[in-house]
Amino acid sequence: MMLLAVFDRPSIDWHAFAPETVLLSALLLVLLLDVIFDERAKRIIPTVAGAGLLGALLPVVTLAVDGQDRFMFGGAFAVDDAALVLKALFLISGYVVVLLSIDYIRDGDYYENEYYTLLMSSLLGMLMIASSRDLVSMFVALELLSIPAYMLAAWRKGGPTSNEAGIKYYLMGVFASAVMLYGMSLLYGVAGSTTFADIGLAVSGEDASPLVVLAILFVVVGFAFKVSAVPFHAWAPDTYEGAPTPITAFLAVASKAAGFVALLQLVFVAFVGRPDVVEPLFWVLAALTMTVGNLVALRQENIVRMLAYSGVAQGGFMLVPLAVSGDAGDSAITAVVTYLIIYAFMNLGAFGVVMAVARKTRSGQISSYGGLFSYAPGLAVAMTVFLASLAGIPPLGGWFAKFVVIQSLFDAATVSSAVLGVIFAVNTVIAFGYYARVLREMWFSPVSDGDSTPIKVPAAIATALVLTAVATVASGVLPQLVGRFGDISTSLAL
Amino acid sequence: MLVTQFLVLGALLFCCGIYGVLARRNAVMILMSIELMLNAVNINLITFGHLHGDVGAQVFALFVIAVAAAEVGVGLAIVLLIYRNRSSINVEDLDLMRG
Repeated sequence: MMLLAVFDRPSIDWHAFAPETVLLSALLLVLLLDVIFDERAKRIIPTVAGAGLLGALLPVVTLAVDGQDRFMFGGAFAVDDAALVLKALFLISGYVVVLLSIDYIRDGDYYENEYYTLLMSSLLGMLMIASSRDLVSMFVALELLSIPAYMLAAWRKGGPTSNEAGIKYYLMGVFASAVMLYGMSLLYGVAGSTTFADIGLAVSGEDASPLVVLAILFVVVGFAFKVSAVPFHAWAPDTYEGAPTPITAFLAVASKAAGFVALLQLVFVAFVGRPDVVEPLFWVLAALTMTVGNLVALRQENIVRMLAYSGVAQGGFMLVPLAVSGDAGDSAITAVVTYLIIYAFMNLGAFGVVMAVARKTRSGQISSYGGLFSYAPGLAVAMTVFLASLAGIPPLGGWFAKFVVIQSLFDAATVSSAVLGVIFAVNTVIAFGYYARVLREMWFSPVSDGDSTPIKVPAAIATALVLTAVATVASGVLPQLVGRFGDISTSLAL
Repeated sequence: MLVTQFLVLGALLFCCGIYGVLARRNAVMILMSIELMLNAVNINLITFGHLHGDVGAQVFALFVIAVAAAEVGVGLAIVLLIYRNRSSINVEDLDLMRG
């Protein structure tokens, strides 16, 4: 009773919490339907999951209309424009992943209902990470999004490659979070508080003490695993190849975006006074990640592995603005957020085509795309859009994404940013090599196995492809559409 | 003040953990090494919390303990899955995918 008397209940702003609450309710509903109806629930569960994700978008919109920054739990949980843009991105990519999953999970030998539950818990973690402004809430959100993802990567229980994907992802992920936690404990030691605002005050100043440098290094390394930056990318290709393909798309897009969101908050709130430590660190990571990712992607024969390395390289492109975070300021945030949004659509689309084609060819080899245009022109055109966008060819979204990155380099206007710009440009050209190889197979090669019956694309995958293709084209033709979201994200509230 | 000793203990434990993760080939041993690293974090947190006279660190440590338990639960499940499928939990045998 004594304890209860002194316990001061924090005021809870339910509106600020609404997206998470809606998603959590939908998650519990899916779980409940599974327990009560078991097999009979299978048909409606993907619908419920998708509706839950779209339903969680509603409070995001009302919060955005309201436009007020909200804080809870002593500043540990913040709802601002940046958080809302990123929450919307996570929910929409989650919805596309559900669309991609429906037929894949039903036709394969998988546990279905648990799959959607775990997918939604992972998304819940992503919604939380977009709002966390505190070491504890960021850590819990990161684990909430990672732990279900470990299980999903190993979801094909009998398949040795899926097991291998799961254990590699798990061991690397847990090791990375242990390293990150050690860095966080040092940060706490320096600041005496877990909120980013206090840490930001404590780590800035004349010279960086070795303790601060070590702490920043460990925390950044931990997240570098998450965004598969070289040299911490070893898990990515194996995990992507072995995991069920919708999960690969989920990891390559949503999970990577979550890592970048956390990095944004750390770099621009907690470490904002230490560009002298952060910039060189990200410069090296960005340069290595772009170059190694692209060079290894050139010699891949499996399309998923190629997309995995292409994802590593794209992550390198997204790290570039962070390397000039101190000099470029707001335009670096705009660049990362804009790139994340566009990357999500074009990459999800590319994985959607891979899944649709694999339903017929049962193969992941790039050579199996031979003559795709002759028997599945729609898929070939869609894949061309996505790959050309990933390569950064002008009228498509990827072009605008690369443009904003270059813009942030120009805003920084230092020698190191110029050198990084040159590395960036060279890598864009290299990347064109492996994307063009798939295009050449699709348009000019003969049909690889001689079987040119048209591919039946299930309605859900077709919807996802249309959605992502429209978004990819629109973000290139009307760049101010996405650019606006990038611009309003610069108001990272403390 | 004993702060330095505890921080050194934490750092040593952390290094033992890293060595274990890098050198051991048995998946369960790797999991145990990761636990060592997480406990090093807890020692650090409690020490710093004592230094700053703040309970926030103890709350953080409790979260680390709880999440570590969840992580190990999932990890052992995946290890068990692998043992059932291939009767070995040596991580060097996991080389189906390369390139």
